[in-house]
Amino acid sequence: MNRKRLRRWKSNLMVGLMIAAVVVAVAPLLFILLNLVVKGAGSLSFGFFTRMPVPAGETGGGVAHAIVGTLIMVGMAALVGVPLGIGAGLFSAEFPGTRLAKASRFLADVMNGTPSIVVGVFAWTLIVARTKQFSALAGSAALAMLMIPMVMRTTEELIKLVPHSLREAALALGYPRWRTTVSIVLRTALPGIVTGSLLAVARVAGETAPLLFTALGSQFFSLSVNEPMAALPLTVFQYATGPYEEWHQFAWAAALVLIIVVMVLSLAARLATRGRFTRHG
Amino acid sequence: MAEPPPRLATVHLTAVYGKFTAVKDVSLGFRANTVNALIGPSGCGKSTFLRTLNRMHELSDGGWITGKVLLDGEDIYGSRVSPMQLRRRIGMVFQKPTPFPTMSIYDNVAAGLRLNGRRPRGELDEIVERSLRDAALWEEVKDRLQASALALSGGQQQRLCIARSIAPRPQVVLLDEPTASLDPGGTQRIEELVFELKKDYTIVIVTHNMQQAARVSDTTSFFYMGAMIESGPTRQIFTAPREERTEAYITGRFG
Amino acid sequence: MATTILPDAPAPAPAEGTSTLAGSRRGDRLFKGVLTVAALAVPVLMAFLVYELYVGSRLAIERYGLGFVAGTTWDPVAEEFGAAPLIFGTLLSSLLALVIAVPLSLGVAIYLTEFAPRAVRQPIAFIIELLAAIPSVVYGLWGIFVLIPLLKAHVFPFLRDTLGFLPFFQGPIYGPSMLAASIILAIMIMPFIMSVAREVLLAVPGSQREAALALGATRWEAVVSAILPYARSGILGAIILGLGRALGETMAVTMLIGNRHEIAASLFAPGYTMAAVIANEFSEAATDIHFAALTYVALVLFLVTVTVNAAARLLIWRVGAGGGGKRS
Repeated sequence: MNRKRLRRWKSNLMVGLMIAAVVVAVAPLLFILLNLVVKGAGSLSFGFFTRMPVPAGETGGGVAHAIVGTLIMVGMAALVGVPLGIGAGLFSAEFPGTRLAKASRFLADVMNGTPSIVVGVFAWTLIVARTKQFSALAGSAALAMLMIPMVMRTTEELIKLVPHSLREAALALGYPRWRTTVSIVLRTALPGIVTGSLLAVARVAGETAPLLFTALGSQFFSLSVNEPMAALPLTVFQYATGPYEEWHQFAWAAALVLIIVVMVLSLAARLATRGRFTRHG
Repeated sequence: MAEPPPRLATVHLTAVYGKFTAVKDVSLGFRANTVNALIGPSGCGKSTFLRTLNRMHELSDGGWITGKVLLDGEDIYGSRVSPMQLRRRIGMVFQKPTPFPTMSIYDNVAAGLRLNGRRPRGELDEIVERSLRDAALWEEVKDRLQASALALSGGQQQRLCIARSIAPRPQVVLLDEPTASLDPGGTQRIEELVFELKKDYTIVIVTHNMQQAARVSDTTSFFYMGAMIESGPTRQIFTAPREERTEAYITGRFG
Repeated sequence: MATTILPDAPAPAPAEGTSTLAGSRRGDRLFKGVLTVAALAVPVLMAFLVYELYVGSRLAIERYGLGFVAGTTWDPVAEEFGAAPLIFGTLLSSLLALVIAVPLSLGVAIYLTEFAPRAVRQPIAFIIELLAAIPSVVYGLWGIFVLIPLLKAHVFPFLRDTLGFLPFFQGPIYGPSMLAASIILAIMIMPFIMSVAREVLLAVPGSQREAALALGATRWEAVVSAILPYARSGILGAIILGLGRALGETMAVTMLIGNRHEIAASLFAPGYTMAAVIANEFSEAATDIHFAALTYVALVLFLVTVTVNAAARLLIWRVGAGGGGKRS
């Protein structure tokens, strides 16, 4: 009898410890978000979004250049990375047994696990060292490379979820294979692929390491992809590690903007598929 | 014999998946404007046989055939034949309804037509209406042609799939257990429809429901272990089968 | 053969060329071609990456050879480079992060799959996965201005007072340190381990659990005796995947570890990692040999993470394919 009580007591103790783990795990998120809002919101104003940074010692200034830089670089990366990722994912879902499919599936996992700083070094040797010029282009290339495996694996998984019967129905109707894949299979999986792509965009939008010595960052507004360009994460890094108190304020505000961008993208990605793609076939 | 040549025929057809022979040396003919039932226990090869008739079988892993399948005398496995063109002449409806989930009712029916280039809107409207009428679905959906095809019931979805397969005016329609996933009401409507459709099409229907075969078909062929055991007019197969195994099957002694 | 209604002589086939069934497969070939180009992107990029890293580091490989990983001096001015403190720092910070993150994430994963009321399972998992969406640099910022002051004022002194008899908790307290970096790493990898572990646990068949409960086990005993053994290699895979993340994590670590090329026993002392040295020095390197040494570091880091990730994938695949792997 006593032994039984001991066992039950132990079970309850473990559940208690697990609840404690949940609290400890959730706390940092709330803590970080709270700090961001408290320390960052004060510096946020309309001007913060529209103005350029000012020299140390002056107040005011904004991150317009970094917002535009992030948009340009992430946009270019998505333009290359999303189609390539979807194409590669389609290939490995459509021709799963081929050697190329197996190789690119395995290497996509390797690529996914490759530290982003290493991808940055690669983009540096590939582009910056050759052109002898830090550039937004090199930064985008690094970000695109990070996106490809993410989009590819999501696409492949979602394509595999489309019922085989739909593909057969289209083929039986006289659809050529490519049209079956594009207008039936891909079309059916599209909401999920959009979600996956948005998540990939959200992730690379927050990347700093691959931009450190490719896009480099800049104090100036620039639209030229052949020159150094600012980005929100770079701005956060540079101002956070700088010596001035105003800079730190600035870093918090920029981080708040960055996190809003990233969170909005991730939430939009999740909401994009809710309520759709639930039943078919 | 004064019989006209069959619309669709197989000559010594053998179908294989990798090393497994699913259909063994079957020669069968289907005349125009008839309903032809293929019956037999599961795994007897009747579905595989059906899938060789519009070259769907070759899409399965390791699927290949020997022998011939003739559509109006032309070998559909000939080197110049495009399976896509062929499948526009031989339509197919599957066991489970397969409406395209991202398309409206209208677009589902028009899906096959749009493969052959653009058509004037009026012509498309006309064909969609005619196909839906032929599939006995028009009255139920005419007010919501732009609604999602997923909004329909299972039986309606299956009739939509029939409308979709007959919209391009094929010569032959293959039905692979079209009522297997439907309730009795839905089943009955499909059976009535099949009977109507033979005015315009040649129909081959796979079923494991013998009453269904008896109700709708003109000829019945009995498959067992990949071989075609017996084929003939439906009345004869069900009343006076020549083969003992056929009789055993239709009287429910095995299968 | 049985009866057939096929006449002996079928109608003559139409002459070649007049077939109404003819058509081309050009569209399919073109489509496959386009997809093939896309699918080649990944292998080609990876091959390029390895090649470029090798070529970029060749100068350093020729000069230092494999002794690079054992050397302890890092002096760009004297052109002497050894990566031992970096490798040590990378491994130690990642392992410490695992020590902190693994019990937490497994606790959460087990709680969410086995014990939590249904209504809270999704929301909690969602919140924790949001942690994974926070950019590394934001963790770094938070680490510098919130976590480090907190650690310096309360946690580190407490550790020194209670565990100071161990060499790991002795010496001056700086703030930026191996331990601070490990803690931030732990927070960052926890969501990854949690979500993979959760998927593995969800894949355990319900019969495993029911069998144990039917034998009179408490719910915790069912977890220990039936569920964890079944999911063991998958959970190990999740942990190693988290390790892979930690090894390559750059920004937050760079901002918190103190960046000193030194192997110190005390966790309060600053250290350095491979990723951090690349982040700090790459854009400022002036000599070819400095670039080569940094690229060599990147190559080593790449090889370490590839090995770790490959091991994790193998373990997870084994669970997916073999239904539980070994049981003891």
